[in-house]
Amino acid sequence: MGALSIRDVRKSYQGTEILKGINLEIEKGEFLILVGPSGCGKSTLLSMIAGLDTVSSGEIRIGDRVVNNLSPKDRDIAMVFQSYALYPSMTVRENISFGLEIRKVGKAEQQKIVERVAQTLQIGHLLDRKPSQLSGGQRQRVAMGRAIARDPSLFLFDEPLSNLDAKLRVEMRVEIKQLHQRMGTTIVYVTHDQIEAMTLGDKIAVMKAGEVQQFGTPQQIYDNPANLFVAGFMGSPSMNFIPARVEPMGGGHGVRLESGANSYVFPAVSANGKLKAWEGKEVVFGIRPEQITHKVESSLGAEYIQTASMPISLTEPTGPDTLVLVPVNGREVTCRVHPAHARAPGEKMDLMFDLSKAVFFDPASELRIA
Amino acid sequence: MAEMTSTRNTGQLVGRTIVYGLLVLVCFYYLMPLFVMVTTSLKSLDEIRAGNLLSLPQDPNLDAWGKAWSSACTGVQCEGLAGFFWNSVSFVVPAVLMSTLIGAVNGYVLTMWRFRGSDLLFGLLMIGCFIPFQVVLLPMARTLGAMGIANSTTGLVFVHVVYGLAFTTLFFRNYYVTIPDELVKAAKIDGAGFWLIFRRIILPLSAPIIVVSIIWQFTQVWNDFLFGVVFSSGDRQPITVALNNLVNTSTGVKEYNVDMAAAIIAALPTLFVYVVAGKYFVRGLTAGAVKG
Repeated sequence: MGALSIRDVRKSYQGTEILKGINLEIEKGEFLILVGPSGCGKSTLLSMIAGLDTVSSGEIRIGDRVVNNLSPKDRDIAMVFQSYALYPSMTVRENISFGLEIRKVGKAEQQKIVERVAQTLQIGHLLDRKPSQLSGGQRQRVAMGRAIARDPSLFLFDEPLSNLDAKLRVEMRVEIKQLHQRMGTTIVYVTHDQIEAMTLGDKIAVMKAGEVQQFGTPQQIYDNPANLFVAGFMGSPSMNFIPARVEPMGGGHGVRLESGANSYVFPAVSANGKLKAWEGKEVVFGIRPEQITHKVESSLGAEYIQTASMPISLTEPTGPDTLVLVPVNGREVTCRVHPAHARAPGEKMDLMFDLSKAVFFDPASELRIA
Repeated sequence: MAEMTSTRNTGQLVGRTIVYGLLVLVCFYYLMPLFVMVTTSLKSLDEIRAGNLLSLPQDPNLDAWGKAWSSACTGVQCEGLAGFFWNSVSFVVPAVLMSTLIGAVNGYVLTMWRFRGSDLLFGLLMIGCFIPFQVVLLPMARTLGAMGIANSTTGLVFVHVVYGLAFTTLFFRNYYVTIPDELVKAAKIDGAGFWLIFRRIILPLSAPIIVVSIIWQFTQVWNDFLFGVVFSSGDRQPITVALNNLVNTSTGVKEYNVDMAAAIIAALPTLFVYVVAGKYFVRGLTAGAVKG
């Protein structure tokens, strides 16, 4: 029995289906991320878990209770909103204790909890201020404090970091993760930011158009994307998608790549023979930028390592790496190389392809082949 | 270059002069009647007959004010405006408070607890803002009769509350749409219900719009003549009706000083409300119009 299970949940609004049968389950203490582009239904799903939105069909369980028809206050949840939603007329202390007061927690006990929460989040010196006197990061902390104070069995976060500036966002991300580790709480967290998803989640549900595209651990989703959408959505810079023809090669198959005047056939080592039906047809060959690097002598020799000399059309230095763009099969392919090895645009560069994690998609259905 | 600047300066100066000149003129135009009223109310009848309308009183005294307040004739009885003044207070205060409170609840429901058809309901309520007083007189008379509160202070309160609701609802609804509904969601999750959220979260944010609603309703209800003359009678009439009776009582000489004093007495409460809360009024009306 999971801490939260969502079974075939659907939501229709005025005849349009917004959620088309969602199935998710997480254990106690897990950090679940709902990620996807805007309009994918992730916030609606969160609202339904919170009880702020009704479920058209299906079942939502928190712990061992079906909560479909329970009001938000009876679900044993707390929620942190994108706008923080702090009560403007109350001080920080009153904001944190409001929920406790409603639940008839004694004054002395309230006081103790507020002190404890304030200490956890280091907002002790802010307790008597009004929300309007706080900075964005402080408001964010108070909003989390309000959620922690009630010690619910499930925390819901609705894009809590998207109103913060970039630097603060990274800091708060770390704090949320530390808080989760320390308190061992179960969290459902909605975001459209794939970096937040990767860094925070124990499990990620990638959503699009009201459906879960893939549900798994961050590494599973990154290394083994279920389809073209997931592969392209997770990771920055995004995975390279190269249309390529499948050709027989040795005992197995390979994909033909053309760059400049040169033509290569790279063995599909990761395909395990699944490309047989695609012989002579075009597939989408997916390879992440960090799998195309400058030549590293010590790595050479394995079958999944291939090298090629390709003309550079553009370079983008990012500091730790330089992104090098080369044309392959009519596409600009991004490679991540060490800045010291990067060559200038117009020159040719020896690149090393690590094909052990290459993926192949059906160009029509966009589903994973191998 | 220098020449251009100087022409611009001259142009500006002329513009400014015209603007301020007009403002002074308009001020003068609006303040003149008040000046005449105040000075006339402080003069004796003889001085009014002999003197000039704009001249200052030679021997200012409050005799006319005293008479207007306690002994002027309003029809057959000669007890001044005092009783009617308190009549007005006794129904204006509850009518203003009730219409404001109900308007606030309406606005709260129409923004934070929307239901199927709530926009339509709001649209229909808005029509109430455009219905002239005269249209509702007869139906309202029948309604009050059926409810058994015709010719009573309660009845007059009821009429003004019903008529004012369209306006107060509009004020509060438009104010509350600017409050993020995540506040209400957060409070729901915290365990608060409909009334608790209203009392603890929404009302404390409503001060500016409450002031607007109170000023608006106070002015409307206090100054109303038509409902007062139709739905009340005898010694329960509001001050506006009594003022009319006082001025139009045709026995004896026309006492302009008493008329003026009476008119000012009738207008004082609204003036007072404006002076005390006027700046909140402007602030509240524009709240939400511009962000932040």
